[in-house]
Amino acid sequence: MTIETDLYVKMQDICKTFGEVRANHNISFEVHRGEIYALLGENGAGKSTLMNILSGIYTPDSGRIYVHGEEKHFTTPSQSIEAGIGMIYQHFKLVDPLTATENIILGQKGHFLLNKRALSRRIHELADQYGFSIDPNKQAYDMSVSEKQTVEILKVLYRGADILILDEPTAVLTPQETKKLFDVMRAMKKQGCAIVIITHKLNEVMEISDWVSVMRKGETVGTIKTSETTPTELTNMMVGKTVSLSIHRPEAKKEPGVFKVTDLCVRDKEGVLRLDHINFELNGGEILGVAGVAGSGQKQLCEALTGLQPLESGSIHFRGRDMAGLSPREISLSGISVSFIPEDRLGMGLVANMDMVDNIILRDYYRQKTFLLHRRPSEEKAERLVTTLNIQTPGVHHAVKKLSGGNIQKVLLGREIACDPNVIITAYATRGLDVGSSHVVYELLNKQKTKGVAILYFGEDLDVLLELSDRIMVLCNGRISGIVDPNQVDKEALGFMMSGARKLDREDWV
Amino acid sequence: MIQMQTRTHCPGWYLFAVRFGAVFLALLTASIFILIIKQNPLQVYWAMIQGAAGTKYRISETIVKAVPLLLCSLGIAAAFRMKFWNIGAEGQLMVGSVAATFFALHGATWPQPLLLGSMMIAAILAGALWGLIPAFFRARFKTNETIFTLMMNYVALNIITYLQYGPWRDPRAMGFPKIPTFATNAVLPKVWNVHMGWIIALLVAVIMYVFMRHTKKGYEIAVVGESENTARYAGMKVGGIIMLTMAISGAICGLAGMIEASGVSRTLSVHVSGGVGYTAIITAWLSGLSAPVMVVVCVLFAAMIQGGTYIQMAHHIPQSAAQLLQAIILFFVLGSEFFTRYKLVFKR
Amino acid sequence: MLSDFLVAAIVAGTPLLFAVLGEIFAERSGKLNLGLEGMMLMGAVVGFQVGLSTSQVGLALLSAMIAGGAGALIFAVLTITLRSNQVVTGLALTMFGMGFSSFVGKNLVGEALPETIKLFFQPYPIPFLCNIPFLGPILFARDPLVYGGYAAVIIGSLYLYRTRCGLHLRAVGENTAAADAAGIRVTLYQYVHVVLGGILCGLGGAYLSLVDVPAWQDNITAGRGWIAIALVIFCKWNPWVVFLGAYLFGGLDIIGFRLQRFDIPISQYIIDMLPYLVTILILVISSVRKSRGSAGPAEMGHPYFREEK
Repeated sequence: MTIETDLYVKMQDICKTFGEVRANHNISFEVHRGEIYALLGENGAGKSTLMNILSGIYTPDSGRIYVHGEEKHFTTPSQSIEAGIGMIYQHFKLVDPLTATENIILGQKGHFLLNKRALSRRIHELADQYGFSIDPNKQAYDMSVSEKQTVEILKVLYRGADILILDEPTAVLTPQETKKLFDVMRAMKKQGCAIVIITHKLNEVMEISDWVSVMRKGETVGTIKTSETTPTELTNMMVGKTVSLSIHRPEAKKEPGVFKVTDLCVRDKEGVLRLDHINFELNGGEILGVAGVAGSGQKQLCEALTGLQPLESGSIHFRGRDMAGLSPREISLSGISVSFIPEDRLGMGLVANMDMVDNIILRDYYRQKTFLLHRRPSEEKAERLVTTLNIQTPGVHHAVKKLSGGNIQKVLLGREIACDPNVIITAYATRGLDVGSSHVVYELLNKQKTKGVAILYFGEDLDVLLELSDRIMVLCNGRISGIVDPNQVDKEALGFMMSGARKLDREDWV
Repeated sequence: MIQMQTRTHCPGWYLFAVRFGAVFLALLTASIFILIIKQNPLQVYWAMIQGAAGTKYRISETIVKAVPLLLCSLGIAAAFRMKFWNIGAEGQLMVGSVAATFFALHGATWPQPLLLGSMMIAAILAGALWGLIPAFFRARFKTNETIFTLMMNYVALNIITYLQYGPWRDPRAMGFPKIPTFATNAVLPKVWNVHMGWIIALLVAVIMYVFMRHTKKGYEIAVVGESENTARYAGMKVGGIIMLTMAISGAICGLAGMIEASGVSRTLSVHVSGGVGYTAIITAWLSGLSAPVMVVVCVLFAAMIQGGTYIQMAHHIPQSAAQLLQAIILFFVLGSEFFTRYKLVFKR
Repeated sequence: MLSDFLVAAIVAGTPLLFAVLGEIFAERSGKLNLGLEGMMLMGAVVGFQVGLSTSQVGLALLSAMIAGGAGALIFAVLTITLRSNQVVTGLALTMFGMGFSSFVGKNLVGEALPETIKLFFQPYPIPFLCNIPFLGPILFARDPLVYGGYAAVIIGSLYLYRTRCGLHLRAVGENTAAADAAGIRVTLYQYVHVVLGGILCGLGGAYLSLVDVPAWQDNITAGRGWIAIALVIFCKWNPWVVFLGAYLFGGLDIIGFRLQRFDIPISQYIIDMLPYLVTILILVISSVRKSRGSAGPAEMGHPYFREEK
């Protein structure tokens, strides 16, 4: 029976569908005391759905869940919390105006009246126990990403959870912060917690986990001991067929200095300087990767270059022509074709509730001669995109938000590439896409690069950036900490530059 | 256990059944109120139908009531398409009627086409201005337009009260605070027994249909309504579009004000709108912001209002019963939309 | 003279005070209920009707609160459970309240309230406090419901900022998904606070028809429900500021009538626009000076569906 008490969680034959999408199909999963489990799979494989079922956010269509040997039917998160399960979400579930203390005690039972001083003291003690440093009175919107994660973890520990689920915890961290997190995870493991880490990064699986379960298209492919497997085997399990992991980096004829940014400064509405004297050149026929911790000024840079963001000072030259201060439409009418694939596809790049036709017409409707809107040309363009890019849709009159993530991105990319751009700016172009769709995006960008287009690629996966880019620019706090050759640096070096710990002198830039 | 699932497709017959069921349940619920005042609901509903369409005169009265309702709905729909919650149709209608009355009182001797023309243009401009003020602040500072447009209604109401008790008070009304009746020159002529406002309303419906569906501006309005960020991304001038749309929205409501003052009451009073600006919000929403549907829904609602007037005389039931009925219908239709978007799955 | 005016401002501000406080609770739970005008009207007419027919103050107020709460319950079912559009549902509730109040109130016009009720709402000076020079008689020699208003604001503020439930309520309005994940019963919190908002609105309406006016007239609220919504913005969703906002607007409400006897060259009807114009001014100012927290609870107006994909 001692083995049974070590079995913390047992999930059996879990099924869950959303509409017509089968997110989980007959999944079984076990978690034991003092061990770290990796749940590996592509985006959309059903990892998060499975863990959301365990944490009571979703209710399964069928299947059984046992926690500490007892069968549970979670219908709300609070029941799962009571059973000792704590989930640390990828998108932090923190309430911005509340302090760290308030966020941590949220949802907990206790005295009706709040004694803030006593609570702060209690949280200080807890933080010390695990080696965290934290200011209990700091409001969530003033926290850095890793501070927020600390609060999330403390929240779970405060509730006395012994089963911890971390959903893609390293996606937003620098390599150094990741290392710190892994140390904390090992400490928790020693104290007898069972830990599940959801991820799609193989190296992390190999480094931290004892067991790994691979999921694909809503089903478990297999569960194996980490020490007995290799990254290649895991990849094949994840994707289903042997694929080459490497991203192609074709050579292209360069046209130097097509796009030249000088002393660019941008202030946001609150008056905070978000871009501080940005200087760089973008060549035709190259992909310039941009790395940086979230919120280092990426959004402002994208919007400044496309005319969406007023500049405080500085200039932007395209083939010697100054385009600073022009609106997006003025830029386009002056004959410079800038294509921007924004981070928020459905909220900025596309109109979620409109069909493909009305989304494609968005970029050139104003060039039509009369006040009337002719949809026919756009309809033909849409049909062409569907066939050339193999977009899975019931028809061009289907609302784009109902398409899958990969197809939505194909619509957006397809529309922008059809504009014959001189410059392409992409922000997190493969976020949320599976490996197959991501490679389609890389191929499309490479094809444009060989045509001589200048491409600025904002990315978050350092491995991809190192493989895809011709040069990498690192942003930190609105400044460039350096522009490097991907063949000369490794991830650690990029990580240091992202956190501002190391800075290249301008002479060393490539 | 009941679970909700998003409905992926929704056949036409199902949509119709849900809507029809909602209206039926609304009528059933309203019956409770009728029973409380010890009347037979079936008789009352039948009397309302009689009152709205029983005689030629009643039909023409129904149409007269449908005209301002349709115009205001069309105006509101343009703003709502942009997710600009304009609930100021009432005020825009009132200032339109004030501007028209100015010409009716001061240009009584002008030739009729000139006078009516200037009244219309004045009403359109006044309504547009009234819509532009909140639109400007919304475009510039993101000021909450719902309350802004509503406050503008009360300001407009106070302007009419002021004029009625002050400068425009009819000296020949023997101390009664009223504005003089318009000269015949300032009254809209009749076409087939109903003032020609109905032609104007139908014309505006056609124009707005084409404008919203098949013009570049209409497309821009729809994009701004769906996502201002996308509109900015596509290079649209969001502020300008917001202001233009609200000017159009206000202008149409202002025109309704001119028609009401000139074609119906033949004077200006605080009762010029009769709450049409609020009812039009319901009709615009219920017709899914589509102009052709709006024509039908507005006639039906006008019939309800006209029927309500009739049962007050015939059955001594307060006229407000019609308003109550409208609100209940709206409640049920709002609730019923849930069943078109989600399906419930029952399981143990 | 001035003290007379201030007393009248407090009386005129009390209906607003209840309504604003109620709406703060509803909006703090993430629900923007534009049906204040309707709920106040329902409370006003039911309170008046019950007061007239039973002569019982307690019953009148209780039934007014139930009426307001029932209106809010309709809103809650539609927007929380059935996820309808909050703006349109709120408008529908206003229209329902208008129709309901004039339907019920048809026979109440011209009826006088029984003496027992008038007697109940006499001023009761509070010993010691009413001896404070100048302010004492103004603030502490009022009718019981004004004191009820003081208590409501104080209790409401302490509840929101000093209790666990208040913390949970703030979390629900700021980030529903986070509150849900933390195990807070989001739907329950929303229902309770939307209905609480309606109850307070009903009470405000009853004060209007029983004390402030006191008689029945059609559309007795005359836009006070809408002003209350704007006042919520003025108060930045902070119950403490309700004291200031409600009495300030109570003053604006009566200033036109009061100034009549001074023979000023401006028409009373122009001065009567003041509350509405000042409301607009407040809206504009608060939107120009956008700062953190002045935009209100982040989730306000959005539906929440845990399994939305």
